Amino acid sequence: MVRVIDNTRPRSDARTAVSAAARAKGKGEANGHLYKPRQPIYPKLVHGKWRAIKWALLIAALAVYYVTPWIRWHRPEGFPQQAALVDFTGRRFYFFDIQLWPQEVYIFTGLLVMAALALFLVTALFGRLWCGYACPQTVWTDLYIVVERLFEGDRNARMRLDAAPLSFNKIWRKTGKHLVWLGIAFGTGGAWIFYFHDAPTLIRTFWTGDAPMTAYVSCLLLTCTTYIFAGWMREQVCTYMCPWPRIQGAMLDDHSLQVTYLAYRGETRGPHKKGQSWEGRGDCIDCNQCVVACPMGIDIRDGSQLECINCGLCVDACDEMMVKVGRPTGLIAYDSEEAVCARTKGEKAVYKPIRSRTIYYALAMSVVGGLTLWSLIDRPKADLGVIRDRNPIFVRMHDGAVRDGYTLKIANRTYVQQRYDVSFEGVQGARLSQPGAAGEHVSIVVPPDQVVPVRVFVTAPKDAELEPSVPARFVIRAGDIRAEAKTVFLSGAANPQ
Amino acid sequence: MADQRETDHATGVETTGHSWDGIKELDNPLPRWWLWVWYGTIAFAIVYWILMPAWPGLHGYTKGLLHKSDRAEVTKELKALDIKRGEGAAQLRTASLEQIEKDPKLNAYAQQVGQSVFGDNCATCHGIGGTGGKGYPNLRDDVWLWGGKLEDIQYTITHGVRTGVEGARMSQMPAFGRDELLKPDQIDDLTEYVVHLSKRPADAAAVARAQPLFEAQCSACHGLDGKGNQQVGAPNLTDSDWLYGADRASIRGQIFAGNGGVMPTWGGRLSPETIKALAVYVHSNAGGQ
Repeated sequence: MVRVIDNTRPRSDARTAVSAAARAKGKGEANGHLYKPRQPIYPKLVHGKWRAIKWALLIAALAVYYVTPWIRWHRPEGFPQQAALVDFTGRRFYFFDIQLWPQEVYIFTGLLVMAALALFLVTALFGRLWCGYACPQTVWTDLYIVVERLFEGDRNARMRLDAAPLSFNKIWRKTGKHLVWLGIAFGTGGAWIFYFHDAPTLIRTFWTGDAPMTAYVSCLLLTCTTYIFAGWMREQVCTYMCPWPRIQGAMLDDHSLQVTYLAYRGETRGPHKKGQSWEGRGDCIDCNQCVVACPMGIDIRDGSQLECINCGLCVDACDEMMVKVGRPTGLIAYDSEEAVCARTKGEKAVYKPIRSRTIYYALAMSVVGGLTLWSLIDRPKADLGVIRDRNPIFVRMHDGAVRDGYTLKIANRTYVQQRYDVSFEGVQGARLSQPGAAGEHVSIVVPPDQVVPVRVFVTAPKDAELEPSVPARFVIRAGDIRAEAKTVFLSGAANPQ
Repeated sequence: MADQRETDHATGVETTGHSWDGIKELDNPLPRWWLWVWYGTIAFAIVYWILMPAWPGLHGYTKGLLHKSDRAEVTKELKALDIKRGEGAAQLRTASLEQIEKDPKLNAYAQQVGQSVFGDNCATCHGIGGTGGKGYPNLRDDVWLWGGKLEDIQYTITHGVRTGVEGARMSQMPAFGRDELLKPDQIDDLTEYVVHLSKRPADAAAVARAQPLFEAQCSACHGLDGKGNQQVGAPNLTDSDWLYGADRASIRGQIFAGNGGVMPTWGGRLSPETIKALAVYVHSNAGGQ
């Protein structure tokens, strides 16, 4: 750093102005960080309806994730017997009876568009349910907190333990927790790689060192991300890394259901002693249970916030307290801005699940879903590609006939060998032949699940009087399987000037 | 340049003591991360010196514990390539031309070899697409001066045309005009006769005059019907393919000068396997006779 130091006169502002160096020094003295340090969050275990749904979804999501690669599925000899498999080496994707080739990746695009639209629709209707219930970050964080609770106890015990000086008790609890966390992380990364290789084989080769390097690297990577994201970073992933909280502002409107504190009912809040009158005060007893239950560490009573993942744990926490003090539940509830406004004014709350944006989302979903489904059902069993010879573009034969050369790429997308009859249509009197083969009948055998390139010639007689470029097509047929590809026949005739 | 360290009022940091035109530099420490990266590179360099070839000496250089050598690796790869190619070459050597063309795998290999060799050696005259040009035969069509069967093509490539070497394809069309074997008007008549042979309108009187001339002078090679003879590389004059041009001037020029192209003998330059692959490549690209 170069800095002009003017020593000709004493600096009058030297004491008041805080230099960058001084500020950095101040920070260093505080805790050595450039950014605000994370305030640890100790979510308290709650019981209730939403917590129960969250448990059920957690178990279901994890079960799907861990079990799917182990489902076997019968396919013909020589093909993978795994129901769900992304086979990078063989360049195929298998999902039960569906098999996709790399060039059919647009079906995935359709699925991803569907997923995005579904996310939009659900968010417009019910807020960030995805974040609160189904997002892997939420599911794994929940799982990690279960482990944490197992070793260190619930909120208060955890806070005490963290504040306590190092002791044998603290060490074994912390070590145990991190070991189990690492185990889960490894299990997560380990399960992931089974989607890309034959699971029973890989589980053996993984330990003998014969598995592909990508398996080890992916496993290590996902082990690290799981351990770091779910163990250490938790809500910071949602608040700082994930773009979705920022996008949600465009998705939510006054009719979306969100976890809401009904201020008109709760205020004025304050502690309440048993037997005290409820007259002239709100239902909120300021017990702070909604705050301690929150995995994001926010106070829902401050209103809708970027951090809120709509998980409803504060709803459960509040309901429990309301029952205890004998007030109606639902002081914190899934509710819409519009309904809350109406009830605040003493009007009847109206819910509008069907409104223009939800209709648009649903329509777009049905269109994309329909197209994707249609392309999947209508998936051709054979594919034909044509590459025209470019040098020479045509050859004139001794009798004046003109011959064009083509390379056909015949893809057999079935599990059995096929014999395709090739025909050429569109040029009067044209003759199809295969170099080195006698006869005019071109018939190609393609092994199962393979692409075979075939050189063919098309010869048009001298007196055909063709246009310089004649639209034509190749057709392949094998039983009821049919595929065609458009091309042109260049006749060598001069273009009319 | 005074060398006097002093403490800066504003920051409380000492200067380096150097002053350039009144500008002084604060002696701030280097950022920690930068220092650690720098230490890291030093550690890396030391490990590198030990493991890899690094220091030059009077007699060679330090080899390093890993004994890595790019030259040795290239040599190894080339050797592996030779072995890999050897498998294909061995198959080409033992299989007959027909076998090579019929076997899809061997054929695909021959096509690859053929295409590459053709591009290196033949494309100069015959064109990269093999369509030739004036005086250079088109190898894509079904017209063959010396035969279009696999063995014919292999023989032509191996021995060449008009090279003067023993075994080469040999023939020589007389230069009827230049060597004054025929009179100019006779050559004109013959030109009309050749045009007539290829079923194009021609001067009937000239054709009639030229007929005995053709039978006497040309039919020995081109045949009485003008259909040519592949034994002597005499072109078929009745088809629509013309090596030296189809118009009257070109035909007359050819009768006048009796041009005949030369193709090198590839036998000594290309291995027999390569020539086999090349023959299969040319054969199948021409549609195969």
